[in-house]
Amino acid sequence: MFTARNFLSRAAGSALRKPVVNVPRVTAFQPLKIQQKYYSSGGTKDYTVREALNEALAEELERDEKVFIMGEEVAQYNGAYKVTKGLLDRFGEKRVIDSPITEHGFAGLGVGAALAGLNPVVEFMTWNFAMQAIDQIINSGAKTHYMSGGIQPCSITFRGPNGFAAGVAAQHSQDYSAWYGSIPGLKVVTPWSAEDAKGLLKAAIRDPNPVVVLENELLYGQAFPMSEEAQKSDFVLPIGKAKIERVGKDVTLVALSRCVGQALTAAETLKKKYGVEAEVINLRSVKPLDVETIMKSVKKTNHLIAIESGFPSFGVSSEILALSMEYMFDFLDAPAQRITGAEVPTPYAIGLEQLSFPDEDIMVKKTAQLLRL
Amino acid sequence: MVLLNSIRASSRRLLVPGPRLPTTAGYFSSTALARENVPVKQPSRSDSVLFPGAVNSKFTNELKFQKPHDLPAIPTYRLIDAHGVVVDNSREPDVSQELALKMYKDMVTTSIMDLLMYESQRQGRISFYMVSAGEEGIAVGSAAALAPDDVIFSQYREQGVMMYRGFTLDEFMNQLFANKFDYGKGRNMPIHFMSERLHMHPISSPLATQIPHSVGAAYALKLDRSSRIVVCFFGEGAASEGDFHAALNIAATRSCPVVFICRNNGFAISTPTLEQYKGDGIASRGVGYGIDTVRVDGNDIMAVREVTMRARDIALKEQKPVLIEAMSYRVSHHSTSDDSFAYRAKVEVEDWKHRDNPITRMRKWLEAKSWWTGEQDQELRTQVRKDILKAFVRAEKEKKPALENLFLDIYKTPSRDLEEQMAELRRIIEEYPDEYDLGAFDRGKEGL
Ligand SMILES: Cc1ncc(C[n+]2csc(CCOP(=O)(O)OP(=O)(O)O)c2C)c(N)n1
Repeated sequence: MFTARNFLSRAAGSALRKPVVNVPRVTAFQPLKIQQKYYSSGGTKDYTVREALNEALAEELERDEKVFIMGEEVAQYNGAYKVTKGLLDRFGEKRVIDSPITEHGFAGLGVGAALAGLNPVVEFMTWNFAMQAIDQIINSGAKTHYMSGGIQPCSITFRGPNGFAAGVAAQHSQDYSAWYGSIPGLKVVTPWSAEDAKGLLKAAIRDPNPVVVLENELLYGQAFPMSEEAQKSDFVLPIGKAKIERVGKDVTLVALSRCVGQALTAAETLKKKYGVEAEVINLRSVKPLDVETIMKSVKKTNHLIAIESGFPSFGVSSEILALSMEYMFDFLDAPAQRITGAEVPTPYAIGLEQLSFPDEDIMVKKTAQLLRL
Repeated sequence: MVLLNSIRASSRRLLVPGPRLPTTAGYFSSTALARENVPVKQPSRSDSVLFPGAVNSKFTNELKFQKPHDLPAIPTYRLIDAHGVVVDNSREPDVSQELALKMYKDMVTTSIMDLLMYESQRQGRISFYMVSAGEEGIAVGSAAALAPDDVIFSQYREQGVMMYRGFTLDEFMNQLFANKFDYGKGRNMPIHFMSERLHMHPISSPLATQIPHSVGAAYALKLDRSSRIVVCFFGEGAASEGDFHAALNIAATRSCPVVFICRNNGFAISTPTLEQYKGDGIASRGVGYGIDTVRVDGNDIMAVREVTMRARDIALKEQKPVLIEAMSYRVSHHSTSDDSFAYRAKVEVEDWKHRDNPITRMRKWLEAKSWWTGEQDQELRTQVRKDILKAFVRAEKEKKPALENLFLDIYKTPSRDLEEQMAELRRIIEEYPDEYDLGAFDRGKEGL
């Protein structure tokens, strides 16, 4: 049950009274400890999302000398979140470049370099700061190929952590999937697992179009099994294809980024509690959006819930629900539903912050409601 | 595929090929473009260019590029050297003992507060903090030059300005703990201070956004024919953002009474100034924008004060912007999320700390004037520590903001659905009183 105890408290609280040396909270720009890799069965290895991204970058820098990385603190400091760790040492300062603090400047430089035939990877410390550069991303990055009559492709990758983090308040906590997802000319991917992260980032870098890679800070330190195939340097995932993470027959849960993991946990609870088999689709790509995979699933389950951590209005879920009206109406046994972030600038208070975004509980509850369990 | 077909069907109208007709109205129309054209005439024998925008340029036969490094660097103004000695005996700082001691005490209080708050973050009692160690002189010195109702925009490392203006220790602590007295109602990260009473705008997280805002506020004062000015603080790193350049240019062209104060502390997180820019600091840019500019030794609080007083005068009397670049090394880590020894040597920092520091510099000067003694210093430090810890404990114990704040301020007046949600929450709490422990919140159930 919703409890108001402590939900406005970010700073105090008994748990925080004891002196600790390192606060477990991940505030912005705090390097997370990179987890140790360990080996498991069948050649599968555990990778954190951070390691997967790092490997993708290293492999692409290795593979194609037109690739370079630029951003604030990406070189010397190894990236604000250590995603570019070791790359400066390995590839040198012509390929891994620290920028002055001007998102508009380095995103613009990136677009210009891409128009001149290079394949830049532009890192934003967080997507919140990419607001400074949005004209370059949208009006130049996304549109120059079209406006130039097709003679100037813009093979650029924009990447960085998206969405809310932990305790960094409204101006640092926003999900931009819908913003970039609405722009013709851009491709937009939203990795969840380590395999997603590696395969999609590599696909983004190789893609001849501008691709926005929306990572998630809260996932950077999370470990996932990485198949033997995915560990190889030629592993790429197709942009525009969703992945069925869990097969089910009773309801389709479509989610992206961090919400995928939560939806999977919710699906397990639904099974235990109600014997319901939820199918969980990991969108992987917001643009292009894989309507077919969703449609096939809904044909089978006849129930649809879209889950995201963006604001409710005009969001990714709104889009999925609109598509469900256009293409899936006849298969649906009940109106499709959405679970989204709250319509509020992200609060700083820890309890409110938690309440502002979908969690496993609400996913279970909403699904049970939809299925009238 | 299906999707594509539907899009084609719905947008067939838009696919009509062929050129567009000329636009006849609005932004692109000929009327909008037809500006009044006053020709600037070039007299035939003139020895200089007469051209709008570059009216004093002499003609030359010598082809020569201006090399930035051939120009002498803009000098750094100071009154008192690192040993606390007045550099030019004829120019003793013009300050009363009372004011000098207030400035000194505010610097010391700021530095002790920083230290204690940094520690408290390490203990997990507050979530985040940024200290201003080494830069107290810039903050307190400039604040001491301003009128109490001048308007301030700051970046995040200007605690000293607030301290001087009379932001109380309780007010600092209330913000850090996001309790019911926090003016931001618990919606900001720590150090995002604000004070309506002291005319200090809330700190904004995205860098440099406050710089154009400050120009707007100055423009408002100008229209008001006010006797106040605006002061805007920012770091040399933030000055790389487009907002800095846009702000300086528009402040100059609109002649806004604003004093820009750049704290050049050598670093932007891990990025040293050498990689941040290539020119002569931030000051040289002011000149480029046609703005009166000065560079000052930030460790010399008296020099900072004097320079800011003059800048204020110019901004007010001549109704135009002024740029001050104040130099002080950032001896602290960037924030509690940073360990700066990963990118700079500890000895380098220790060196700076010992060699020169605004607080020790001023203390030496005060002691030489017999305005201050070592014992008094000890007493002050002990007392300040006590006061801060008391305020800290008080703020930590305070209640959290009232529940209604969940719904307020997203809009000036809550929208209808917000009001409905508020009513719904009230109903639920009343119906299930045992489920909710509202003791921690201001006015409990009544706070909704
Ligand atoms: C638009 C934007 N980009 C990046 C950041 C992350 N960031 C926060 S502080 C900082 C360094 C600022 O350095 P500087 O302006 O020199 O001030 P200092 O911290 O040295 O006082 C950076 C890069 C931000 N807050 N906003």
